[in-house]
Amino acid sequence: MTTLQDPVIAPDPTIQPATRRFGAGTGSRAVIGFGLAAVALFGLAPVVLGDFRLGLLAKYLCLAIVAVGIGLAWGRGGMLTLGQGVFFGLGGYAMAMHLKLTDAGPGQLPDFMQLYGQLDTLPWWWKPFASPAFALAATVLLPMLVALLLGLLIFRRRVRGAYFAILSQALCAALAIFLIGQQGTTGGTNGLTDIQGFFGYDLNDPLNRRTVYFVVAAALLAVLGIAWQLMRSRYGELLVAVRDGEERVRFLGYDPANVKLVAYVVAAGMAGLAGALFVPAVGIISPAMIGVVPSIEFVIGVAVGGRAGLVGPALGAIAVAWARTALSERLPSAWTYFEGLLFILPVVFLPGGLASLAVLLRRRTAKKEVAA
Amino acid sequence: MTLVLSQLFTGISIGAVLLLIALGLSLTFGQMNVINMAHGELIAAGAYTVYVLQKVLSGAGLSLLIALPVAFVVAGLLGVLIEVLLIRRLYARPLDTLLVTWGVSLILQQVFRDVFGAPNVQTRAPSALTGSIHVTDDLVISSSRVFILVLALVAVAALTAGLRTTPLGRRIRAVVQNRDLAAVSGLATGRVDRLTFFIGSGLAGIAGVALTLVGPIGPTMGTNLIVNAFLVVVVGGIGQLKGTVIVAFTLGIVQSMVEYTTTVSVASVIVFVVIVAFLQWRPQGLFTLRTRSLA
Repeated sequence: MTTLQDPVIAPDPTIQPATRRFGAGTGSRAVIGFGLAAVALFGLAPVVLGDFRLGLLAKYLCLAIVAVGIGLAWGRGGMLTLGQGVFFGLGGYAMAMHLKLTDAGPGQLPDFMQLYGQLDTLPWWWKPFASPAFALAATVLLPMLVALLLGLLIFRRRVRGAYFAILSQALCAALAIFLIGQQGTTGGTNGLTDIQGFFGYDLNDPLNRRTVYFVVAAALLAVLGIAWQLMRSRYGELLVAVRDGEERVRFLGYDPANVKLVAYVVAAGMAGLAGALFVPAVGIISPAMIGVVPSIEFVIGVAVGGRAGLVGPALGAIAVAWARTALSERLPSAWTYFEGLLFILPVVFLPGGLASLAVLLRRRTAKKEVAA
Repeated sequence: MTLVLSQLFTGISIGAVLLLIALGLSLTFGQMNVINMAHGELIAAGAYTVYVLQKVLSGAGLSLLIALPVAFVVAGLLGVLIEVLLIRRLYARPLDTLLVTWGVSLILQQVFRDVFGAPNVQTRAPSALTGSIHVTDDLVISSSRVFILVLALVAVAALTAGLRTTPLGRRIRAVVQNRDLAAVSGLATGRVDRLTFFIGSGLAGIAGVALTLVGPIGPTMGTNLIVNAFLVVVVGGIGQLKGTVIVAFTLGIVQSMVEYTTTVSVASVIVFVVIVAFLQWRPQGLFTLRTRSLA
């Protein structure tokens, strides 16, 4: 009976990077990499791009933050999470609830609640979000808490692989249906829209929108730094070991459930942060952005860029989001075909993603040098 | 009492639809470990088969009967095409089949949109299935729901008998239980895989025909259905037909009861919590094959 065992992952060199060589580079190379990324994000992009394009880039960078988390959980930990939309949504809604309350002013109901007219007072679970400190903490901690609870229940009972993927997807579907049904208190299908201010700054002012971009870019760099530290640490080695041979790690005396839990919770926190930043950057959060479809679309950028690397997922997410904007407006039908192929071709023919192309090329030139 | 009975029947008919969809999945996912996210689009292919046949044939009853075998073959061949072109390359990477078949499902959806148009299309139900049956004065159940229930049960019986008694069924079980041993015993495992996939995908086509009786036919009709159908297979236990049957009906009944006492939106969350709680008790699903594997 082979079907119940761990999937035997073929030793594909493009998918199993030696940790210290590829993805999470050595110290000096990483510092140079971070420096270049910082220059590109803070120096180059704001100068080259206009206000509109910069706003779009801010949105893409939010998706890149989610992708870094998925890269950690899936690429390094082998947990294909199809439910990052849940954590993205929790972070986004936490932030949007606070901003809606601030927009409405003290003691007032947010506009959509007045519109639907079912409520006279604020629901009790909205009240804490009036406090900026609580809301900010909740954007990251709430997703992490949910991930911790769910992860404890799932990983402890050794539910994994496809089961885990399907459960995470089902959670996504459940949350989206739940939010749509609670129109009076969550805005239903429309979500929380028309966000005007961001901690006292008017989001209609282009200058403030630029500031939001800088906040998002800084957050992406911070998230990359965290992921880099985790990947190059002993914990990172352990995580890869759990991915490739969970039972062996168990026999060595570690509890794989805890190892996976850390990566899953960190990824959830990153998705929550991304959701929170998405709200001021785009001005809306709705069930359409957190359901089954958007959640699986988070994964595609990671697969295209290279799931096991550090920058691969982020770059892949940005590239896919950019391609979507560029193509879907002009050729909506062609974009869907293209997106379908994006899911198929890299995964079938280039499991390591575009990042592995660089490795393959380097190896090929190295071989040639040896031959010469 | 009538109310409870009528909710019970609603639940059973939700369960019957789930069962029809999950049957195909229990073959492809349960027996072959392939997560076919394009299963929903194979369902849609079956439903569109009814639509096309009704354009050609005039009688609604006749076209539905002919549609059952035709949809089986259409969806089955589509499934085999996916297997041969893509899935065959991914048997060592089951999680990746999920992403690849999701891509296939996006492409198929767009094909449906380009060929049949984005809006839902209509089919006519045969006159024998448009009425309803009065069990008592208050308890009324629609004939089409009964038809789906019967169809689901027939499909289960045929599949069970086929797996137990026919040579093909024996081969499928052999490959599932020990692929390497089956291969060295002279079975062409590749061909068995393709046949398994053909039957599993064909069952999706049958489910699509049944769905034309109860819902709209559209390009994305399958996506909403398969999330729950996958849950049924997971909770029922991999490769366990009886588990799939029991869980499909239980889930249908639980869902209809919870929806009745709360709302659809709360029910979706409650059902999820119930499933996670259930997996605490039986992490491998309701029924499991006893194996020596550590999972």
